[in-house]
Amino acid sequence: MKKLLENFNKAFESRVRLGIMSVLMVNESADFNMLKELLNLSDGNLASHIRALEDVRYITVNKQFIGRKPNTTYSASKEGKKAFYAHLKELETLIKGQGK
Amino acid sequence: MKLVSTLIYKVLFAMEKYTSPEETLTEIRHLMERSSRFISLSGFSGIFSGLYALVGAGAAWYYLNSIANTQGYGEAAGTSDNQSLIFLTIDAALVLVLAVGTGILLTTRKAKKDGNSLLDAAAKKLIINLAIPLVTGGIFCIALIYHGNIFYIAPAMLIFYGLALVHASKYTRDDVRSLGVAEIMLGIISLFIIGYGLLFWAVGFGVLHIAYGAYMYFKYER
Repeated sequence: MKKLLENFNKAFESRVRLGIMSVLMVNESADFNMLKELLNLSDGNLASHIRALEDVRYITVNKQFIGRKPNTTYSASKEGKKAFYAHLKELETLIKGQGK
Repeated sequence: MKLVSTLIYKVLFAMEKYTSPEETLTEIRHLMERSSRFISLSGFSGIFSGLYALVGAGAAWYYLNSIANTQGYGEAAGTSDNQSLIFLTIDAALVLVLAVGTGILLTTRKAKKDGNSLLDAAAKKLIINLAIPLVTGGIFCIALIYHGNIFYIAPAMLIFYGLALVHASKYTRDDVRSLGVAEIMLGIISLFIIGYGLLFWAVGFGVLHIAYGAYMYFKYER
């Protein structure tokens, strides 16, 4: 059991962070409000989780302006996608292990 | 003693937060689907739009028949005389407005019930991708009317609508794709059986919509 959990990704320990990555895996990019609505979170809560993912470089931040309004969108980085797939695989092995 | 209580607390707290891998995977899949596809489309709206289409097609058939009785059928169906053109356009527009209106109403209600917002990013993607082939088809049909080729209107409507559905199915339930393919096939068949446009139109927009709406209702909403 301990060996299994060894491969578990610390960045994905939180359901929110895993949720953010899930959304970014199937959408080219998502803005703050879209993530907030999908994950049902407060501004501060979401911002801190986004920062955590940003720190490990799993997501990239694109800042741009729509007219005069600043619009920040987030995308999954290459490393982020790789880590996400690895995490899914890990979940799978865990489920298979339970069946035995 | 204090150590034990913190340990117990930690175990309890950890247990509360623990979600099984299965639950986590379900959650991931759910989020992926909800963020990229619009799935609140109501099955009932399909049934209603099918019914409107059948009534509209019935009215058109009745109208053309009554003209044919007084003027001869060839004249009524072949030439685009102004009066019947106006009647058919209003008839078609009425079907469209009623179908879209009911669809928006029922889908809004369903989205609210599901706890999804109606115009989220996925819905916008769906609308844009549906609109591009659909508007193209609409302009194509206007050009057909303009040139007096009214025999090709029903096949063109079916084919463009089918293409729009196939194209937009990436942003909603996969089942929409099958409906699109069925509409395209019907449109292609009707291209070669000229003169039964109204009948094919009634099957494509009426019968297929009712069948599809009922199927969706039983599959996802019941």
